[in-house]
Amino acid sequence: MRSIRPITPSFLLACLLLPASLARPEGRQQDLLKVSVPVGHPGGVLVVSQSSEPKTLNPVVAVDQPSRDVIRRMTADLVHINRATQKTEPALARSWKSNREGSQFTVELRRGLRFSDGAPFTADDVVFSFQVYLDEKVHSPQRDLLLAGGKPMRVEKLGPYTVKFSFVAPYAPAERVFDSLAILPRHLLEQGYKAGKINQVWNLTTSAEKIAGLGPFRLKQVLPGEKLVLERNPYYWKTDSQGQILPYLNELIFLTVPSRDAQVVRFRAGETQIITQVSAENYSALLADQQTGRYKLYDAGPGLEYNFLVFNLNDDVKGRLPAIAQKQTWFRDQRFREAVSLAIDRAAIVRMVYQGRGVALATPVSPGDKLWFDSDIPIPEYSPEKARKLLQAAGFSWNSSGALTDSSGQPVDFSILVNSGNVQRSQMATLIQEDLKKIGINVHVAGLEFRSATDRVLNSHDYEVALMGLGRGDADPTPDMSVLSSDGDIHLWNMGEKTPATPWEAEIDRLMRKQQVTPNYAERKKLFDRVQAILAEQQPMIFLASPNILTAARDGLENVRPAIMDNYILWNADELFWHTPAGKH
Amino acid sequence: MKQRKLFWTAAFLVGAHLMAGLAGFFAPYHYAAQDRLHPYASPSLPHLMDCSGKIHLRPFVYGIRNKQGSFTDYQPDCSAQMPVHFLVTGEEYSLFGLIPSSLHLFGVSGPGEINLLGTDAFGRDQFSRVVYGAQVSLLAGGLAGVLAVFAGVIVGTISGFYGGVVDEAAMRVAEIAIAVPSLYLLLAARSFLPLEISPLMAFLLVISVIGLLSWARPARLVRGLVMSARERNFVLAAQGFGASKSYVMRRHLVPMTFSVALTQLAILIPQFILAEVVLSFLGLGIGEPFPSWGNMLAEAQQYHVLASCWWMLLPGLAPVPFFVAYHALADALQKKTKVNL
Repeated sequence: MRSIRPITPSFLLACLLLPASLARPEGRQQDLLKVSVPVGHPGGVLVVSQSSEPKTLNPVVAVDQPSRDVIRRMTADLVHINRATQKTEPALARSWKSNREGSQFTVELRRGLRFSDGAPFTADDVVFSFQVYLDEKVHSPQRDLLLAGGKPMRVEKLGPYTVKFSFVAPYAPAERVFDSLAILPRHLLEQGYKAGKINQVWNLTTSAEKIAGLGPFRLKQVLPGEKLVLERNPYYWKTDSQGQILPYLNELIFLTVPSRDAQVVRFRAGETQIITQVSAENYSALLADQQTGRYKLYDAGPGLEYNFLVFNLNDDVKGRLPAIAQKQTWFRDQRFREAVSLAIDRAAIVRMVYQGRGVALATPVSPGDKLWFDSDIPIPEYSPEKARKLLQAAGFSWNSSGALTDSSGQPVDFSILVNSGNVQRSQMATLIQEDLKKIGINVHVAGLEFRSATDRVLNSHDYEVALMGLGRGDADPTPDMSVLSSDGDIHLWNMGEKTPATPWEAEIDRLMRKQQVTPNYAERKKLFDRVQAILAEQQPMIFLASPNILTAARDGLENVRPAIMDNYILWNADELFWHTPAGKH
Repeated sequence: MKQRKLFWTAAFLVGAHLMAGLAGFFAPYHYAAQDRLHPYASPSLPHLMDCSGKIHLRPFVYGIRNKQGSFTDYQPDCSAQMPVHFLVTGEEYSLFGLIPSSLHLFGVSGPGEINLLGTDAFGRDQFSRVVYGAQVSLLAGGLAGVLAVFAGVIVGTISGFYGGVVDEAAMRVAEIAIAVPSLYLLLAARSFLPLEISPLMAFLLVISVIGLLSWARPARLVRGLVMSARERNFVLAAQGFGASKSYVMRRHLVPMTFSVALTQLAILIPQFILAEVVLSFLGLGIGEPFPSWGNMLAEAQQYHVLASCWWMLLPGLAPVPFFVAYHALADALQKKTKVNL
């Protein structure tokens, strides 16, 4: 362990005064954002573990969670989703106005702000950033969200601090898509972009002074394979109620600790001070020593992750994979899917896999999504008897040894594909295997490592039923379109479907398209409620359970307010501070 | 002295294998029977003295109930005494997959269960699973061992007898087989297997791959032995009398390799038991709900299990007596062979 010098009062004073004096050059008016959180004191280091090393520090191409976690601490967005309220709030945009239809947004930027290298921030940076994100050649993962009606948004500079965004059609979630879209420094990246090399800039070997953002921290050092150090950005644009410039922490260090269990061990040993996500079982194990271990555990409630069984209803297996095509005659029968759903004991999944720290699901939307959860849709009850009746009505019967057979006398059995590296999902599969045995269905659990498993589901379609989990990107229905709409990229149960295969899929498509252009929340909610009702009735995916977001932080770290949207605990890293005198940690 | 050691180790191994074969009788419960109300229950040891200090002649175990607000913390329930009985009727099973029976060596009367080694994440009895798991792990070791030695003897005999180009070719192939990183090969093989084959089939296939990849070492040993034996007078004499090559190999050379093959088998079997444990630990072996020592131990990778459920580590100890016994057997066989030679 590195020893840390005790911080002298004069240094402390410098910390307090330096940024403020630097951030007010030439006496220009600065539009700082005052946040109302308990006031803390500056200083200290926070060490957090990450499951893998970030692959890049480039916001334009980052797709993996570790990269995003780091990048989001170093960059800022125009409009931000407050993780606690799940609603949008001003960030780099001081205010915005939309026209009546909700297709145009005029954004007023904060004035006098500077990037972490000291360069000023203006509308040119915003226009440049969106030019990059919208460039088809760049293949930025954010691009899809910036399309409305299939057409990209238009960005115009109206003044040095005013930008207008226009969509071709009304776009209901427009405010939300700005969240986490990092504003890029034109002065550092324009050259690379023009040379067509924007995808290669800002990797782990780039030196710290060539990377700048508007986030609370900036890059200090990367030790490959070991850790990544961020330091306080002295030009940050948020203050607490007493006018102290945030963030409070001097340094934020990301350690690479591959397994979740090892992360717990490192945390217990005092090498890290927070765990971003603790599994329910580890939570129970940690709970016992909460007092003596001097840490606090937090249960933020059900998150946006949903676990489900998905039936392979892909049309392209016909002829290519005859064994699966044959089983699809069962899978396509709504009564069969509903019977399977009725036979699964969701309460047991929540109790045994999540130790009670999770919720059973009827749709992909968990009660954690405050704005979109529909409490009127009941959780499917656990009733093997009803499942049997339904199967009987659908023409299935049972042979002398109790095995379920279809109308042609063939025994009903299938395999459940699961990522063997995921303990929770493997456990769910074992529970479901036992549940389905009770209605005479013989299930094989086929565990494959992550890549082989996802390849089968997404590309080769060589599977019968898969047990998977997805995280909903946002507490908003629009990102769900990639799963639910029949032309979505990950429309899991029938990938690459050209036209909706069934009337109910066509209805989902219609409703999802409509909610996207309906500006009024209440109307949108009605439309999405109907989508959820169709999913609960048709069950192309059998929704199982959603785990609570569980986190842990060492005693003395204040302003910890875990949320269910990412990053669960670091989302307000700028507000975190150490209660004990700075430098102790 | 040596004879006695050989006898006892052989007797232990026969007994232990028989116990695994008769797992249904020795295990009080079925390996897949879940008790969803009691996951991660600690071992329930038979008592003779009850909570009030009264001595009982028949051993008994206490039932358990959840501690307030926890799903996996239990305390003994002094009001629920469950006496242990021997030769009881319980769940149906079939001996060696053939003879149906419901007789178990022991069990308890009452609503609860006796879990000598605690329960796992699904409330399944660990003791029953260790006993059933022995079937898989020992079968894996034996099967792969026999395969490897069988292939080794054939290749070694041919290579040693013919010599020249045949020998060169066979030995180079053997070197390649030794150099191939079998774990990666298995990882690749497993992801190509169709999903609909049963876990047992997939497992047997994996074991065959290990067995067939490990023929090289016994083959090299046998080759050396055959090379020296083919020059011995009785072999030359047989050839002089007009015996065919295949007759000489069958009648004279292969029998000479038996003792070496047997010793090799005793060395390889524990290695392959361990290989199965490793593969299952990595999730490549037999799948749920079938138990094996490896996939049971895999659960102990998790922090919370290590921290609070020590009994989940016990399956790791199960192979130890087998290793000791097999090594003692190999040792005794080797010494015996030397004396005979």
